[in-house]
Amino acid sequence: MVRVRRTTVLDAPVDAVWRILRDFNGHDHWHPIVERSALEDGRRTDQVGAVRRFTIRGGERVREVLLTLSDRERRLRYAIVDSDLPLRGYVAELFLKPVTDGNRTFWSWSSRFRTPPGEEETLARLVGEEVYEAGFAGVRAALGLRPGGAGAPIPPPVPPPATATATAPPPVNGGDGRGSGRGGGTSADPERPAVGFRSPSSPAAAARPMGRGAAGAIVGEAMVLTRHGGPEVFRAAPSPAPPPGAGEVRIRQTAVGVNYIDVYCRTGYFDLVQPPGAPGLEAAGTVLDAGSGVRHLAAGQRVAYACPPPGAYATVRTMAAALVVPLPDRIDDETAAAVLLKGMSAELLLHRVHALQAGETVLVFAPAGGVGRLLCQWAAHLGARVIGATSSEAKARAARAAGAHEVVLPGEASLEEQVMELTRGHGADVVYDGVGRDSFAHSVAALAVHGHLVSYGQASGDVGLFDVGSLAAKSATVSRPDFAHFTDTPEKVAAITGRLFDALERRVLRPEIGGRYPLREAAAAHRALEAGETIGSTVLIPEGEAG
Amino acid sequence: MAEAYASSVIEAPAARVWERIRDFNALPDWHPAIAESRIEGGGPSDRVGCVRAFRLADGGFLRERLLALSDYDFSVTYSILESPMEVESYVATLKLTPVTDGDRTFAEWSAEFDCPPEREEELVARIAGDVFQGGFDALRRALGA
Repeated sequence: MVRVRRTTVLDAPVDAVWRILRDFNGHDHWHPIVERSALEDGRRTDQVGAVRRFTIRGGERVREVLLTLSDRERRLRYAIVDSDLPLRGYVAELFLKPVTDGNRTFWSWSSRFRTPPGEEETLARLVGEEVYEAGFAGVRAALGLRPGGAGAPIPPPVPPPATATATAPPPVNGGDGRGSGRGGGTSADPERPAVGFRSPSSPAAAARPMGRGAAGAIVGEAMVLTRHGGPEVFRAAPSPAPPPGAGEVRIRQTAVGVNYIDVYCRTGYFDLVQPPGAPGLEAAGTVLDAGSGVRHLAAGQRVAYACPPPGAYATVRTMAAALVVPLPDRIDDETAAAVLLKGMSAELLLHRVHALQAGETVLVFAPAGGVGRLLCQWAAHLGARVIGATSSEAKARAARAAGAHEVVLPGEASLEEQVMELTRGHGADVVYDGVGRDSFAHSVAALAVHGHLVSYGQASGDVGLFDVGSLAAKSATVSRPDFAHFTDTPEKVAAITGRLFDALERRVLRPEIGGRYPLREAAAAHRALEAGETIGSTVLIPEGEAG
Repeated sequence: MAEAYASSVIEAPAARVWERIRDFNALPDWHPAIAESRIEGGGPSDRVGCVRAFRLADGGFLRERLLALSDYDFSVTYSILESPMEVESYVATLKLTPVTDGDRTFAEWSAEFDCPPEREEELVARIAGDVFQGGFDALRRALGA
């Protein structure tokens, strides 16, 4: 009897990893050697006794039966029923354990089997390396994690699966709603990311590519733009939400997040919403119904999302389910709508763009703002020394309350001189700069040697061209991440929101909701946001539920 | 029945970590909270059933019985006979698993015990944090890992 075991540690919360692995029919989404996976006899993916039929890269076929599935122990066992490979009596076990020290995941994958005489070593190596180790790498990539050790580059973004788009045609094979083969087998244009700030949204169902009529539609209300312009262009309009098609859910929304990007959509500065469309990228609510092929959501479930296309300013909405996540019981709808987009940004800035280490010095611009406040809270919790850079004593107080150990204000000394003085000439190991044009040169000057400047926004205007040679003075690194590349697959979103929800539940992050407006008063919410009158997040409450 | 659980990754091969842990009488060698330890009635520290009596750096006194020891599973299970903590029926297991990806160690420490319900949250946090996580941190320092 041959025994093979491989184990690894993933830098992601255990529930995010389990969500991927418990899907007995999901290997074709992440395992590099599995070309195709299908369940026999119309069984469900979490049905013990289900048989999956794999086609391996190279053409071999394997049928495997699910023997054990435990959500409590995060464990599953399966056996090979028949196979083109000479693995006899093959029984495998896979389980996950939380690494509480760092909110990571321990993953064990093992099996025992017999082989024809003389082939033990070859087959043990094949199973250990090409199945288990390659599987570890596949899940790492699916979660958007760095491969291997620290310092390795983030892999280039892969085209997201076509199932993430609202324009995906229905799957050709019916069944569980999955197409044949990788990416759902749909014919998405590879040049066009499934998730990007491109697709205009219209509350009118007539433009929907599914060709459905209004039959079964629930007519809600949306705050649409009559034209691009000031806050006065908002108008309440009936908004039909059709029954969800393949890969879609219909959501009764209870809280809608307001972000500055919504203002850009309204004015037309960003060409994202064509009148009479509705803006909004973030909301929470309850699933009314789910279309075929949607396996992670069910009617009645509390959910939230922070993703394109715009259209969140509505009471009820039908949209692609892929990037919609279930909400833990302990996180209420308003908190989710207020924090999801900003919190996901903070997660990827602190854990993915730069893997922040305890003891590092962090410089955070706009530390009293939405993302900045979360960066301060989280970075301080991670053991970093946090310096905030802001413009007024009132904002400095807010930054200190959020965990900033020091705050620098405009004064006689430049920002970089103040940072150097506070750090005894060391400088900041990482700078989170969402200001852009006005701060960029100061950020570079405030860096430590080998420092990392993360430029994640341009509130003051585009950075424009800059001289790469100037980085040599610090051997510095500059990153310019785009949210969409880190959040374009369900697996990546699950990993990010898993860690975010955990931080919220443990009160590491303490978001503040400064403004609640009825959805119909979206214009007032925008006026307050543009006037800089808001503190913390602003949410819109559909159907006059605001108190 | 309350449960406490903590786990960590130690950057050293499991066999090396196990060398430290399997000696039921060696806590003072690596755990800073433990001042002195002895096996009652003498005898070897890997005799299943033996009792260690130890004194904490803060003066507390504990007696613990070795219930199970496995060189095959890298696991040790023990119960508390006497301690300053208000716990009853306390049984804990410390287990190591090799991480093949990087020759590291996944270490798990868990306990089940009875206690007054109003103290459960505090005791679980203290045992998982100070005792177990504190132990992992101490092991890491002792191993230079």
